[in-house]
Amino acid sequence: MALDNIEKLLEKYFEATTTVAEEETLKAYFSQEEVAKHLVQYAPMFQYFAEAKKEQFTKEMPLVTLADNTTKRKFNYKWLSVAAVTLLMFGIYFGNDYRVKAEEERIATEFAYQETKKALDLLATNFSKGTDKVAYLNQFEETKRKIYNE
Amino acid sequence: MQQTEFLNVVLPFKDKLFRLAKRLLVSREEAEDATQEILMKLWSKKQSMEQYKNVEAFAMTMTKNFCLDRLKSKQAGNLKLVHSNYQEKGSELQTQIEAKDSVSLVEKIMEELPEQQKMVLQLRDIEEYNNDEISEMLNMQPTAVRVALSRARKTVREKLVQKHSYGIG
Repeated sequence: MALDNIEKLLEKYFEATTTVAEEETLKAYFSQEEVAKHLVQYAPMFQYFAEAKKEQFTKEMPLVTLADNTTKRKFNYKWLSVAAVTLLMFGIYFGNDYRVKAEEERIATEFAYQETKKALDLLATNFSKGTDKVAYLNQFEETKRKIYNE
Repeated sequence: MQQTEFLNVVLPFKDKLFRLAKRLLVSREEAEDATQEILMKLWSKKQSMEQYKNVEAFAMTMTKNFCLDRLKSKQAGNLKLVHSNYQEKGSELQTQIEAKDSVSLVEKIMEELPEQQKMVLQLRDIEEYNNDEISEMLNMQPTAVRVALSRARKTVREKLVQKHSYGIG
């Protein structure tokens, strides 16, 4: 490894004009065992950079539960609308049926009412006929009393 | 977008998100929480994700904004005390022990950098993104990225050399 080159690169490095590739060279140089004496002081820097890169995020990714939740929620909404529509259809279908039945019942009741009325009318006319006859009988009674008392 | 598909997109860079979060928030637990939050946000945006031409850069920007917000609200609260406590403990013995372990020293030096330099250094030297990508992620001018990077590197060098010589001498 040409020491001149490394020194030049270091100079450029501190001016921040090196490219990423040139920095690679520096890192490679400082990661080896033998480093020129006057450059030893820079070694910890590059060794640290290399080491720091190894650190990893070890905590679990919090995504599993999240993922389940979102899909489940969507699912629910879909089936909720389906259920609502089914319920509405049933409502309309059976509701109509119910209305027809109610109408029929109403007609039947009306008919029964008229029949009852007719029967009651008949009873009433016959009843009044009876009363006439009783009145006639009363007349007869009165006349008879008049004759016997006189 | 299905879950597996989403995971395929996200898995390659989830560690990078975590590392950026940890760089900014320092505490591992907080960085983990932040990363989870970012992943959840990404998941909730999965429908519109196809529109972004670079999901990774988008996620990085999200992480950056999220962590900076966290830091802001933290500064308003009492938690700032924890940080200043940490800086206080630099006794002589402590520095000597730290100097021996100069690799982890770099981490401590990086903690002291301003947020922007921290992010630029993280993205460039650890994640090895190029400057254009970084300027897109952090919403900065390319020249500003270069300047911040140079400053960050020089600060790290300065402090490292300082503490290094203390440690030996």
